[in-house]
Amino acid sequence: MPAPPPPVLVEITVNGAPRRAMVEPRTTLLDMLREHLGLTGTHAGCEHGICGACSVLLEGEPVRACCIFAVQAEGMSVTTVEGLAPARGALSRLQDAFCEAHALQCGYCTPGMLIACHDLLARNPRPSEEEIREAIGGNLCRCTGYQQIVDAVKLASGQEAAHG
Amino acid sequence: MKAAPFAYVRAESLDHALDLLAEHGGEAKPIAGGQSLVPMMAMRLARPALLVDINRLGALKGVAIGPRRVVIGAATRQRDAEQDAALHRAVPLLRAALAWVGHVQTRNRGTLGGSLAHADPSAELPLAAAVLDATLVLASRAGGERRLPAAGFFLAPMTTAVGEEECLTAIEWPVWEGPGVACAFEEVAIRHGDFAMASAACQIQRDAEGLCRRAALGLGGVAGTPLAFPDLAARLEGRRITEALAREVAEEAAARAEPGSDTHADAEYRRHLAAVLLRRALLRAGAAPARAAA
Repeated sequence: MPAPPPPVLVEITVNGAPRRAMVEPRTTLLDMLREHLGLTGTHAGCEHGICGACSVLLEGEPVRACCIFAVQAEGMSVTTVEGLAPARGALSRLQDAFCEAHALQCGYCTPGMLIACHDLLARNPRPSEEEIREAIGGNLCRCTGYQQIVDAVKLASGQEAAHG
Repeated sequence: MKAAPFAYVRAESLDHALDLLAEHGGEAKPIAGGQSLVPMMAMRLARPALLVDINRLGALKGVAIGPRRVVIGAATRQRDAEQDAALHRAVPLLRAALAWVGHVQTRNRGTLGGSLAHADPSAELPLAAAVLDATLVLASRAGGERRLPAAGFFLAPMTTAVGEEECLTAIEWPVWEGPGVACAFEEVAIRHGDFAMASAACQIQRDAEGLCRRAALGLGGVAGTPLAFPDLAARLEGRRITEALAREVAEEAAARAEPGSDTHADAEYRRHLAAVLLRRALLRAGAAPARAAA
């Protein structure tokens, strides 16, 4: 076996702050965030692009962090679920709506769901039910049946309250 | 689910990328959006020793719309193509196919060229390329540029005519001139965004009387490559697409498919699906409000 290629320096902006780490080229953006930067809010699920739990915003667009090598993101800006709240200890309107509408049970999919829904509301402040379902189509949840997540997005966008 | 170790080089230019591919032969692999290749590497189905990153090459990006053809850079993001209204008018079937590709998160990274080079027989973009007989432009240091029709590009599941030293640089899509062009893309998958269990696509141009002037059609997910049926498409020309005609053509196409069986569906079910989906697609495009004159 040849020696593995040496680690490379990757510098990215995460939630507005410059961050750097020495990583192997095979390190995914997901693993850099979790293992090297200690940001474990982004969840590692399937690690091959199916479940959506690892979704982050890359240059403002939702992507799967498991399907990008960290080295490819050099110089780019990343927003993780830790960066969605307006202040430490506070919740975004969407996060608050997830609590109100019981849009999470085990919480595994929640970071990815929040990223997907945050992006949707940024592009489309009053999405239809169909548009919400399309936006979370790439995120698997094994607890909620999705209905409460759809309700939470409606609630966050000022459309009808959650089921009482 | 971790990739095997590899070395990484960000290509500074297409020539730089081609030099690296020439130097390393089959050990190197170009990476664009990575939405197929990274999962393949995570599952260790692919183990390139060197990744040549072509993501930042502006020369491989963009959509150029001409009167007879649209040239799309291989590293153009699926999401960018999906949101391009002018492209939608020029090549309706490509836009219809893109709506079925993965999810927002994967289309934001995934590229047109990546999906075609990956050549999953169930994928939507290869089917659109086969049906419209797109031309794939390949480049290599030794061979310069060569152009292949889709019919000669897809060879087997995940296998294309791209040589080890070659890089897919652009895809040329024919523009059907004149009014009356409509299309339809139909698919059944286990979950929305998954690869198709079976899919069908067609593009139809009708004259003022509603007769078919020009047609292209095909099936995905039911053979080792996407299937196009130019002879069956020719049978539609000069005729009105009725229920009976659509059924006849769809059943003949499905009969030529070679579907496989897996835990989700057996071969006969896939063949049945293919016939139903193609019949639906033909009727939908045959009756759809067509694109006005460009």
